[in-house]
Formats: sequence, structure tokens, C-alpha cells
Amino acid sequence: MFSNLDLQKLIFGRLSLEAIPYHEPILLATFAGVGVGGAALLGALTYFRLWGYLWKEWFTSVDHKKIGIMYMVLALVMLLRGFADALMMRTQQSIAFGDNNGFLPPHHYDQVFTAHGVIMIFFMAMPFVTGLMNFVVPLQIGARDVAFPFLNNFSFWMTVGGAVTVMASLFVGEFARTGWLAFPPLSEAAYSPGVGVDYYIWSLQVAGIGTLLSGINLIATIVKMRAPGMTMMKMPVFCWTSLCTNVLIVASFPVLTAVLALLSLDRYVGTNFFTNDLGGNPMMYFNLIWVWGHPEVYILILPAFGIFSEVTSTFCGKRLFGYASMVYATVVITILSYLVWLHHFFTMGSGASVNSFFGITTMIISIPTGAKIFNWLFTMYRGRIRFELPMMWTVAFMFTFTIGGMTGVLLAVPPADFMLHNSLFLVAHFHNVIIGGVFFGVMAGISYWFPKAFGFKLDPFWGKMSFWFWVVGFYFAFMPLYVLGLMGVTRRLNHFDDPNLQIWFVTAAFGALLIAAGIGSFLMQLFVSVRNREALRDTTGDPWNGRTLEWSTSSPPPEYNFAFTPMIHDLDAWSDMKQRGYVRPVHGYRSIHMPKSTGAGVIIAGLCTVFGLAMIWYIWWLAALSLLGALVATIVHTFNYDRDFTIPDYEVVRVEDRRTRALLAKV
Amino acid sequence: MSHPTTGVVAGSDQDLQFYVAEEHGHAEGGTMLGFWIYLMSDCLIFAVLFACYGVYGRSYAAGPTPANLFDLGTVALNTSMLLLSSITYGFAMLSMEKNRIGATQLWLLVTGLFGVAFVGLELNEFVHLIHEGAGPQRSAFLSAFFTLVGTHGLHVSVGIIWLMTLMVQVAQRGLVPENKRRLMCLSMFWHFLDVVWIGVFSFVYLLSVLP
Repeated sequence: MFSNLDLQKLIFGRLSLEAIPYHEPILLATFAGVGVGGAALLGALTYFRLWGYLWKEWFTSVDHKKIGIMYMVLALVMLLRGFADALMMRTQQSIAFGDNNGFLPPHHYDQVFTAHGVIMIFFMAMPFVTGLMNFVVPLQIGARDVAFPFLNNFSFWMTVGGAVTVMASLFVGEFARTGWLAFPPLSEAAYSPGVGVDYYIWSLQVAGIGTLLSGINLIATIVKMRAPGMTMMKMPVFCWTSLCTNVLIVASFPVLTAVLALLSLDRYVGTNFFTNDLGGNPMMYFNLIWVWGHPEVYILILPAFGIFSEVTSTFCGKRLFGYASMVYATVVITILSYLVWLHHFFTMGSGASVNSFFGITTMIISIPTGAKIFNWLFTMYRGRIRFELPMMWTVAFMFTFTIGGMTGVLLAVPPADFMLHNSLFLVAHFHNVIIGGVFFGVMAGISYWFPKAFGFKLDPFWGKMSFWFWVVGFYFAFMPLYVLGLMGVTRRLNHFDDPNLQIWFVTAAFGALLIAAGIGSFLMQLFVSVRNREALRDTTGDPWNGRTLEWSTSSPPPEYNFAFTPMIHDLDAWSDMKQRGYVRPVHGYRSIHMPKSTGAGVIIAGLCTVFGLAMIWYIWWLAALSLLGALVATIVHTFNYDRDFTIPDYEVVRVEDRRTRALLAKV
Repeated sequence: MSHPTTGVVAGSDQDLQFYVAEEHGHAEGGTMLGFWIYLMSDCLIFAVLFACYGVYGRSYAAGPTPANLFDLGTVALNTSMLLLSSITYGFAMLSMEKNRIGATQLWLLVTGLFGVAFVGLELNEFVHLIHEGAGPQRSAFLSAFFTLVGTHGLHVSVGIIWLMTLMVQVAQRGLVPENKRRLMCLSMFWHFLDVVWIGVFSFVYLLSVLP
């Protein structure tokens, strides 16, 4: 017979009431806030009877545009969470001097910086980038959907599952205290026996599968589904950078999956991959995770480069300077990103020749990147520049990213790196390129494509407020960290003894507050724009005098994107069509074949998430059941052969006629 | 090329069409390409596991070594099971091309049985090793060995489940285009596992047993 304790373990694994952090006032207050806010949101959805609408039109949708928008919403929510962590860290570091211990005890502070890194990379930057690619790429290549619409939906829900797992760790149990890459031996069971690292592992495994599948999906889409006439060298640059990014995803995320699986085996089964004894070697983990980790930063930045290329060419009213060189630079960066991983741990002690090799390959990457900067500058040269919001973000990027690039080259020098390794100089460097590169790119992309997605522009005033707060705030927040890093301050400290350092941390905290105002202004911009949507409405579908195919269809685009598949003759196809006097066809519409919505993605991803949570808490029966459930649900899904439907021609006629009338009314 | 509903621009120097009037659905071969890319990503997982075996392959931690553990006779039998299953899958595909449902199903069944025999022999070997005190916890070498070989075995097991599912679907609907496509994907998967096993066989078993 089982005693009570055994029964409890059998049912709940290691989950008990102690896992709820009710003795931590900060977490409790957050929990209360999230609880009340969440209940209000769910209540409102129920009250306005929106569940059916959301389920039918959004959650189960296989429409790449809707999935793209859902990715953006997820990323925005996670940005708020990740930024809350950043504010807490900046506050802690600006007050914790001498006798003052600040408000975050070390075990909490360590979770905060780990969660901040994980969330900002995996659940903020990645969904933003994937969302933009999902929305834009099929439109730019003149396709009606992606190659595998169901997989697209499933990938999104796997990403959500990972995000849910991270968020759950805030209120049930704890998150990893290891830093965002969970290096062993610290992350081994011997030194991190709690659930923190397991939360880390399973959130990334679940989300990682989603990312990998969406990578495969977009490659197949770009390779196989381009409109007739669009040869590879007539593809918009954003599609090129997306293609390279997805190649990087497919060629690097399996390594992450494998290395995290090995760490799980160490923790769950007791193998000795990364342990200190019985032949294990922690440095193997460093090598493997950075074989994924370095391409990952290019996965994030390449689409941003694509966005800047589209924006520069559109808002300067001319072709991108050096299109071919831009493409080759992207491809070269893609290849080189696999040859530099060791620069993340020059201090491993692999010897002068190995370090020189990786130092030199790292410096070489700055050549194609520099070529890109010059291409954008030459595009602007003698262009008719319109300084609308996307272009402002682009110019801010060029300034900021160049600084970040130069400090990167500095870090690529192994002897210098020995001094700066794990210092705040490094922290400043990667925030400089990720905020100044990826995030500015995402903001440019949002303000550029928002009118395409929703049919009205974003409010320029609050957009400019957000822009200036963000840019100025960025310099205030991170330039002091360069200085501190050069003074020898290392990262991840939650208390300092030397009072001379405090002024720099206070300045950085002030910068973080400015960035908070920037994020607030962005939310305000969304709110004001929705309220004034009639005044900001664009009926043409082409509000910026765009150059690529997404601007040839209505805003928002119809479910089927294009009533007729476009035929491409030149680079910047839409600009070419406008120049040659293309007339939009107004009759002869045919019925269109489209994929059907399905709930299978939500269900399977949900079961996978439950599996992850059950594994974290050692609830073995639930783990087995949910895994079996996911397998059965997948098999059942394959028995559904009826996956398409036809939009009848009269429906196409109805939608297109409405657009014809809107266009006429405008003239 | 001129058609009343195509966008021919009057007066331009060439007859330029800006759109195609006729429907063209999903690009052919998208599934095959996508599945191929998936296989390559799977290949990277194996690459990582092979790399681990390369690094840890001699980290015995004063424990048993390959020469004490591996019985090449069993491995040879095991390998022949898998290689034969690849051949029989090939026969299944040939029958599929000729639209012979019965023969296809029969060869699929034979393939599945060979697969089951392979997994069974492998599990038997694992149980035997663990019994001798050479489990995955004993040393980094054994961790790497069990993980690499076990991951391959897990793939074969998933392949068998997939194969059974497809047999039911072929029985239900016959050799419709969807089922043919699925059989071709499984074919790639099955042969891919065969290729990986050849790597495992030579790199893990043969090379490790050599002095």
C-alpha cells in the first residue's frame, strides 16, 4: 500500500504548495496583477462572446497573415514581460551599493537575468521576426499561402507553448538561475537541483520545434511558390534575407534541440555528458550551444537587414543600390556565421592558433555587413528621402549598429577579449546590435507593414515619441555599460562595493526609464491609431508608393492574397508594373482553392506543452498520457484527407468589386 | 499568349502579362522538398550525437571499453535486418508504382517486421549491457553510445508506427496521390535511417572494437 506521501508524489510529482512563491511579495503582487488582469481579459472575451470568433477566425486559422499577426501579438506581450525584468535589474544595480542590498535577493535576481535573456531572444525577438516573415514573404513572392499551412499554425502554437511554460515558472516554482544559456556544470542536477533549469529546457524544446518547422515551411515556400517570372535574383531583398535566415534556422536549431536533450539526459537519467566526473566535459556544451547560438544572432539580424533594405528603397523612391551585392553579402554572412562560434569563449584556452582562426573569421564578417551599410547609404544618396517613421528607424539603426559592429570587432581580438570576456562591455555590445539592429528593424517593419495588415496607418506623432524615447533611452542605458565594462565590471552582479560606479548605473537606469516611455508611447500609438483609424485609413493598398508585390493588393489583403497570381518581369515588381501602366483586372475572376482551418495545431501543441510541464514536475503519468495523446492526435490528424476548400467565384467577385469601388471612390 | 482576361498592356513594346488567369495551386514537389529539408535537420541531430561519440568515445572513466562490450556477431545480424528492410521497402515502392495495392501492403508488412526485429535485437543488447553494469550512467563513453544508438532506435520505432498508420490508410483509400506522397516520404525517412546506421555500424562498432 502507498502511504499518503507516496500517493501525493505519484500524482503530483515534486509539485507541492511550496512551489507557489507566496513568501515573495514582488512575485505575489505580480501574480495578483496578472491574475486580476487576466481574469478581466477572459471575462471581457466571454462577455462579448468573442471566444467562438477567436477560435474560428484566429486560433485555428491557417492563413499566413493571421498567424503572422498572432506571432506579433505574442512577441509584444513577451516584450512587456522581458522589459519588466530589465527594469528590475537596472533598478537593483543602481541602488545596491555598500550597505544597501537592493530589493532583489541573489536567488531572485539570478532568475530575473536568466528569464530576461531567454524571453527577449526566444519569445520577443524570434516571434517578431517570424511574424514579419510569415506575414510578408508570401505576399512579396505573389503566393496565396505558405507551403504547409497547417504546420504554420502548429509552429505558432508550439512557440506559444514555450512562452506559456516560461510564464508559468514565474508563479509556480522558479526559473533557472544559470544565465540564458544554462551552462553546465552549474545547470547540472548536482548544482541546480530545482525545477528552474527544467523549465528552461522544456520551454526551449517546445518552442524550438515550432521554430524549426516554421523554418522548413518558409524555405519550401520561397523555393517552390514564387510567382511565375520571379527568378531568385528578382526576389525582394527581404525574401532573400528570410530565405537565409530560415536556412540558418534549419541548420542550427537541431543542434540546440540535441544539446538540450543531452543536458536533460544528464539531469533526468544521470548520464555524464557535461558533468565534471566520469568522463564528462562541460566545454562540449559550450561548443555545441554556441554552434547554435552564433547563427541564432544572424537569424535575428538578417530579416532586419531585409526590412531596412525594403524601407530604404521605398522611402528613397529608387532601386536598392547594389542589389546583387546585397544578396551575396547576405549569403556570405549566412556561411560565415557557422565559422565563428568559438569567439564566445576565447577564454576556454584552446590555444593561439584556434583563437586566431576564430578571431579572424569574426572580423571578416564585418566586411559583408559593412558592404550592406554602404549599399543603404548609396541608396539614400541622391534619393528623394521621405523621413517617415520606418525611415527614421532605419537611419537610427545605421548609426547605432555601426557602433555596435565596431565594438564587436574589438571583442573579436582574442587578447582584448580576455580582458572584456563576461564584462558589461560585452553586455553593452550585444544590446547595441540586438536593440540597435534587430529591434529597430522590427519597429521599422511594424510601422512599414502595419497599414498593409490592418488597412490604416499608425499615428505618426506617438510613433515619433516612441522613436525618440527609444533611441535616446538606448544611448543612456547602454553607453554607461561600455564604460563600466572597460573599468572591469563583470556581468550578472546584484551588488557592488565601489561607490564610484554608482553614477554610471544610475545613468543606465535613467536610460531604461526613457525606454519604458518609448514602449509606453508605442502602446499609445497603437491605441490612438485604432481610435483614429478612419482618419488614418488607406484605401489604395499602397500608402507608401511601395515597390514590391505586397503593395499591389488591397489592405488588408483578401484571404486569398491575389485574385490572379501576378507575373513578374523585373526586380521591384510592383514599381515596374506601375511604371508600365498596369491596369487592375476587374472581371474574369475564378474560384480559388484554399486550405481549411483546423484545430489540430492548437490541440497537439497544447498536449506537447502539458508534456513539458509534466516532465518539469516529475508527474510521470501525465507526461506519458500527454505524449501518447500528442501522438494519437497527430495520427488522427493524418486521417483527415479533406483539407482544402474552394472560395467560389462569386465570393471573389464580391470582394474584388468592393475594392474596385473603394479605388474609384478615392479617385 | 493573348487572352481576353490577361493584363496585356496596349502599346508597350512587348506583350507583357502581369498576371496569370488560370489557377495554379500548390507547387508540385513542395512536400518532398520540405521533407528532405526536415531530414537534413534530423541529420544534424545525428551529427551532434556522432560528434559527442567522437569526443567521448574513449572516456571510459575506468569502466568497460568497446572491446569488452560489443558483440560484432549480434551487430552484424542487426545490421542485416535493417539493410534488408531497406530493400523490401524498395520493393514496396516498386509495387506502388505499378499500383498493386496487395503487393505494396505485403512488402510494407515485411519491412515493418524487419524493423521490429532490428529494434528488438537492439533493446536486447541494451538490456544485456545494463545488466553487466555498463549502463548509460557508467561513463561518458557509454552515455554517448546509448544516446546515439538509442536515438537511432527511437527513429526506427517512430518509423514503424508511421508505417503501420500508412498501411491502414492504404487499406482504407488505396494508392491515392496523398498516400503515394506519404509512402515516398516514409521511404526517404527509412533509407535515411539506413544510411545513419551504416555510420553507426562503422564508426561506433567497427572502429571502436579495433585495437
